[in-house]
Amino acid sequence: MSSFLVIFVILIYLAVIFYVAYWAEKNSKSKWVNNPYVYTLSLAVYCTAWTYYGSVGLAATSGLKFLTIYLGPVIIIPAWIILMRKIIRISKANKISSLADFISLRYGNNRFLGALVTIICVLAIVPYISLQLKAISETFNVITKHKIIANSIINDTTFYIALLLAVFAAFFGTQHTDASERHKGIITAVALESVIKLVFFLVIGVYVTFYLFNGPSDIYEQASVLPNFELQQTINGLEGGFNWFFLSMLSMIAIMLLPRQFQVTVVENDREKYLKKVTWLFPLYLLLFNIFVIFIAWGGNIIFQNQQVDADLFTLMLPLNQGHEILALIVFLGGFSAAISMVVISTLALSTMLSNNLIIPYGFLTKYSKGKSTENAESIKNIRRIAIFSLIILAYFFYRSFTLNRSLVSIGLISFVIIAQLAPSFFGGLFWRRASSKGAIYGIIIGFFITVYTLIIPFTIDSQLLSTSFVNEGIFGVEFLKPYELFGLQLFEPVPHAFFWSLFFNLLVYMISSVSFVGNYRERNFAEMFVDSTKYAELNEDGYVWKGEAYVRDIKDVLTRFLGEKRTERALNLFYIKNNINKKTPYADARLVSFSEKLLTGSIGSASSRILISSVVKEEEISLPEVLNILDETQKAKASNKELKERDKQKDAFLDTVAHELKTPITSIRALSEILLDDDEVDVDTKKQFLTSILSESQRVSRLINNILDIEKLASGKDVLVLEEHAINSTIDKSIAAINQLASNKGIQFNTKGVSKLKLIYDEDRIQQVLINLFSNAIKFSNNEKGQVSVFTIKSDNKVEITVEDNGKGIDENDLLSIFDKFYQSNNQTILKPVGSGLGLAISKQIIESHNGKIWAENRKPQGAKITFTLPFKIE
Amino acid sequence: MKKILIVDDEPNIVMSLEYIFKKESFEVFIARDGAEAIEIVEDDIPDIIILDIMMPNVDGFQVLKYLKKSEVLSKIKVIFLSAKNKASDIELGLKLGADKYVSKPFSTKKLVKEVHLLLNK
Repeated sequence: MSSFLVIFVILIYLAVIFYVAYWAEKNSKSKWVNNPYVYTLSLAVYCTAWTYYGSVGLAATSGLKFLTIYLGPVIIIPAWIILMRKIIRISKANKISSLADFISLRYGNNRFLGALVTIICVLAIVPYISLQLKAISETFNVITKHKIIANSIINDTTFYIALLLAVFAAFFGTQHTDASERHKGIITAVALESVIKLVFFLVIGVYVTFYLFNGPSDIYEQASVLPNFELQQTINGLEGGFNWFFLSMLSMIAIMLLPRQFQVTVVENDREKYLKKVTWLFPLYLLLFNIFVIFIAWGGNIIFQNQQVDADLFTLMLPLNQGHEILALIVFLGGFSAAISMVVISTLALSTMLSNNLIIPYGFLTKYSKGKSTENAESIKNIRRIAIFSLIILAYFFYRSFTLNRSLVSIGLISFVIIAQLAPSFFGGLFWRRASSKGAIYGIIIGFFITVYTLIIPFTIDSQLLSTSFVNEGIFGVEFLKPYELFGLQLFEPVPHAFFWSLFFNLLVYMISSVSFVGNYRERNFAEMFVDSTKYAELNEDGYVWKGEAYVRDIKDVLTRFLGEKRTERALNLFYIKNNINKKTPYADARLVSFSEKLLTGSIGSASSRILISSVVKEEEISLPEVLNILDETQKAKASNKELKERDKQKDAFLDTVAHELKTPITSIRALSEILLDDDEVDVDTKKQFLTSILSESQRVSRLINNILDIEKLASGKDVLVLEEHAINSTIDKSIAAINQLASNKGIQFNTKGVSKLKLIYDEDRIQQVLINLFSNAIKFSNNEKGQVSVFTIKSDNKVEITVEDNGKGIDENDLLSIFDKFYQSNNQTILKPVGSGLGLAISKQIIESHNGKIWAENRKPQGAKITFTLPFKIE
Repeated sequence: MKKILIVDDEPNIVMSLEYIFKKESFEVFIARDGAEAIEIVEDDIPDIIILDIMMPNVDGFQVLKYLKKSEVLSKIKVIFLSAKNKASDIELGLKLGADKYVSKPFSTKKLVKEVHLLLNK
């Protein structure tokens, strides 16, 4: 295929991706941009060109081992619903924009630690990026049938593609100065690419399996007769099992800690609930991606069995070999999208780290503390843009200068092992309070050097074909120190071996140092907030312990230098309202200090924002126990405050309803008396009718007032129950007598056959009040033609149940619980309203509960309502 | 003769309104809840409706929304007459398209004046 055609296709493809990103950035509120599917698909940036080509290569040479790279993620992702939620919450609350920021903040805004993490990430990821460029370049050469790699940069298509990618990342990655803001354009484009790469890979998978061969069994039969087949497809006993185990562990860490994964999963997360979809959809995506890997690999092994074809290129070579060039182009584009998403997200994540955790905190703070907001913002963006270009160019030259002729997989795995060095301080920081910055720093450094010794040096020697005895004989010929068999450990392959030893020492040093050097109070403050994130989540700024002297004016001045006057003003106003602080106080408190630090974190990183803010405040040292004490107290105060607010709200609602209920009869009274006063021609009958109504409405008002007073008395416990022994049957009889007139008006018979003679201790007046209330409700609601109300008692060990039943139309199922609320308004109000005040059942409930009893409502079958209350034999 | 529909679930309020507007020579219709009001309106279109808000089944807001959906019914003048007098309730009532919002307890004379004012516009 001609180079021009391929370049043309690439350009069209890139134009589409640019357009999608542009569109998404413009329509950042659209539901096409904001949904769990885009989020999940963006996580698939995990599948790079390495997955596209390297997995097949690995499968062709080592069988099923490629699966470990995906096994780790599949195992850990269900736990994300708790684990990742915690990480996301902490990050959002603190405006964290990268992994380096996360770790640096946890260990007390430690500037050095942030820089160290950044450097580790750059060292791990730049070769990984160059691997992607290599894949683009190699596959481009294969598809255009160029035998030789372009010898000058000017002629190298890959160089221009790399530059275009840098432009893309720089343009869409620096729309906001605040790096913790979401990059919707880039993410949407990446999600689209994730669809493209998967679909295209499935196409080639189906093509190989069902077109070139007659399905999976056909491939298996042909492949199983090849030499080495048996050996490749087994785990190889205990040794192989260990290798599998550690490789899966490695990928488990990678899916969370690779800078690009942290970027898409944490920084770009819009809503926590998206995680739910991820837990099944993302493993499904990985499964789909891996279904055909083994078949393509076997297919390649069969078809190219006597030829020298690089197994990493099987995916591309299979269609090319058959002359299916369009299909080959599709494969190329799929791999291309996988590569460029990785390059773009990785450089974005790294550039944020470089600017916020290395360049700004070490080089630009003095400049920024004097600059204007617009200049500072532009300068911050420029640092990131330059970082993006430098990273991509660095990666490009890395790929040009080293003959990366080792398989794609090895460099990727080395990156994983380097990144894994951050795991102890990251996860330890989430769950272990004592973990300290010294532990984190020493652990990471030790782990990194062991990785260099056991993996990077020997790998470089191997891949650059240097002749030295280092690998085979160890340093200075000490066999004990052979890099691939450190301390005589011969169990593992190089990668799991390096992973095992580096992490072992990393963890050891991390724990010993953390236990021996206690962190300062600042560290411990953040430790509490990270480890107990759920407990402190509600505290917001209150979780931050700080003592000292600071002026609002000074802090405002710093904020203005980064946010500009308008945004600073707006942010502070919001803060004042939220925390209920008087705007005019000249002194800043801990909350304002913490809020301001967070406000700057997104733009310049947590360490820098801490340095800048503390440069304008006078801080006092606080002892560790004091920090813990204050934290505990704030948390308790906050909890009781919340309770008070809830009670206030209930009281407000209650008063609202009381006002409404009082106004209704008063409205009638006023209207009717106005008529009587103004109109002299009212006839005698009407006058009488009006006056009767006025009277009954006045009675309604006083009844309501009495009820409200009753309920208040009962609720506040001011009402003292007159507890004496009574027979429940006689109390029931008395209550029926009181209401008998009402019952006989409606022609209702009371059935009291089920009432037993039982002696109980209770306040008789109050229980009569309850019974009369229940009876009058039952009369009201019972069947109009054949009304019947029954009452019966059931005795059990320690209590008596008293039930009142009617045969009316029952209570709406939705209302069964709420009818005991004050002023409960049923949908069947027309029938409820004429008599009661809406408080009867609420009062009954109060009375029964003050007797340590319970009251509840049920429906009878086929019809009727049933209300039961209990009275205990003994009242404590 | 102008027709007025009074919608309220409080019998004594209805009684007073009925008396006042009969005196003002209106033909008076009465509904005890929103559903009844809609039935009446569909039968015989009144010139004006005095509408309570808190009513069982179908409330006053829902009645007004129903009226505003129809071209013919939306022309009926509507006065909300309610004990809800929070600013947010009044705002919502007027936003839905009521011509006037009168709070309970109300002055009979003022209400009569408002009704005439609306009908003579």
